[in-house]
Amino acid sequence: MTTKKIWIVGLATTVMIALMLLAETPSVAANDQPSGASADVKIDNFSFGPQTLTVSVGTTVVWTNRDDIPHTVVSTDGVFKSKVRDTDEKFSYTFTKAGTYPYFCSVHPKMTGKVVVQ
Amino acid sequence: MTTKKHNLIDQRLQDLNDDGVDRRGFLKCMAWAGTGLVWTMSGGIPASRAFAKVYGKHAGKGGDFSFVQISDSHIGFSKPANPDVTATLQTAINKINAMPQKPDFIIHTGDLSQLSKPSEFDTLDQALKGAAAKQIYFVPGEHDMLSDNGEEYLKRYGKGTKGSGWYSFDHKGVHFVALVNVANLKAGGMGSLGHEQLEWLEGDLKGRSASTPIVLFAHIPLWTIYPDWGWGTDDSEQALSYVKRFGSVTVLNGHIHQIMQKIEGKVSFHTAMSTAFPQPAPGTAPSAGPMKVPTDQLQRVLGITDVNYLVSGSSLAIVDSPLGDSGSSASGSGRGLAVVDSLLG
Repeated sequence: MTTKKIWIVGLATTVMIALMLLAETPSVAANDQPSGASADVKIDNFSFGPQTLTVSVGTTVVWTNRDDIPHTVVSTDGVFKSKVRDTDEKFSYTFTKAGTYPYFCSVHPKMTGKVVVQ
Repeated sequence: MTTKKHNLIDQRLQDLNDDGVDRRGFLKCMAWAGTGLVWTMSGGIPASRAFAKVYGKHAGKGGDFSFVQISDSHIGFSKPANPDVTATLQTAINKINAMPQKPDFIIHTGDLSQLSKPSEFDTLDQALKGAAAKQIYFVPGEHDMLSDNGEEYLKRYGKGTKGSGWYSFDHKGVHFVALVNVANLKAGGMGSLGHEQLEWLEGDLKGRSASTPIVLFAHIPLWTIYPDWGWGTDDSEQALSYVKRFGSVTVLNGHIHQIMQKIEGKVSFHTAMSTAFPQPAPGTAPSAGPMKVPTDQLQRVLGITDVNYLVSGSSLAIVDSPLGDSGSSASGSGRGLAVVDSLLG
């Protein structure tokens, strides 16, 4: 296999991975430097854990509802908004810009959390 | 605001202390509430089973009437706390239909559905068609507003209502106001009525005689029960300021899936049991999620609320009945309404 072919295969793989990521996270914005990293927030007992999550730019955060009751994940500043998530359903969002993103559950607004993107 | 709420709770604890119930007793009472028995929070609300007698004596007088409150049916919920919420709703309807005096109407104080799905609302409607009382008044719970800002709910139950579904009506001299405190909730807050609705409420009550009995109903309690779990309404005090001049005000809520009541001045507050599943007493569990109880106990913690308006003495009687027990508990201030909570079974 020539060097050129390897390069093409490598490029194709990268594109495929990028497409897969895009397919799984329709709310994703164009990434300047996709890190491809992911981080988890669990919804348990009407609370987000961890309540404050710190990630690097390009990280996809995945929220999973583990309660018997539906919840939502809604950015306080209107940056992202999930549909209602029932038990074991997930929501993900890829953070492409540094900043602090406070969010809450619009069904149970006492539930709040934030993502700090560095 | 927060201090005020805490003061309210302290006041409640104080009231209990005055009744000879200490803080530990308070928590115990709360636990009873979780298993379906009535507890009264302050002097002036006798909790007893004597209501049937009172009711019997006054029943049938011209102008007297009753209505039933059901709440938190959560159609679509299928988890272990109650895998068949449609069946328990049906039990509640059977109980209503078996009442010696047919209620004039039913009010449903929200969380009709679990996920605001059309199929869930369909199931609820189908079940309620079998209720002896044909007129049913609704307010939405937060579970009914999950899709498109409550569009599905409003399409079905919001005809002739204002804003996110609020309205008022009169029945045999009593003025009823249906309020919505589950829309446009703000991060970190509790229930909310919002400026537009408060303004409407002020106008709706203006010009009415102070002797008109008022019934306010909404999903989330209009009094602060437990802020940590969001069991209260941020701007309820403003709403209550508009009813201060009235001689008899009854506030009926759901949301917390257990009976709680208190009287503050001329205002009686009451929350109803769910027809679907119980929730823990405030602070007794890590969260307000569904409380699992043994299957044979379930109907003892679900129920309906019968509200009776007696023209003689212009009072309303409220009776809570569990679904799963013949017992019921009555309370009445002698001045307002009498509420009877009935267990499902």
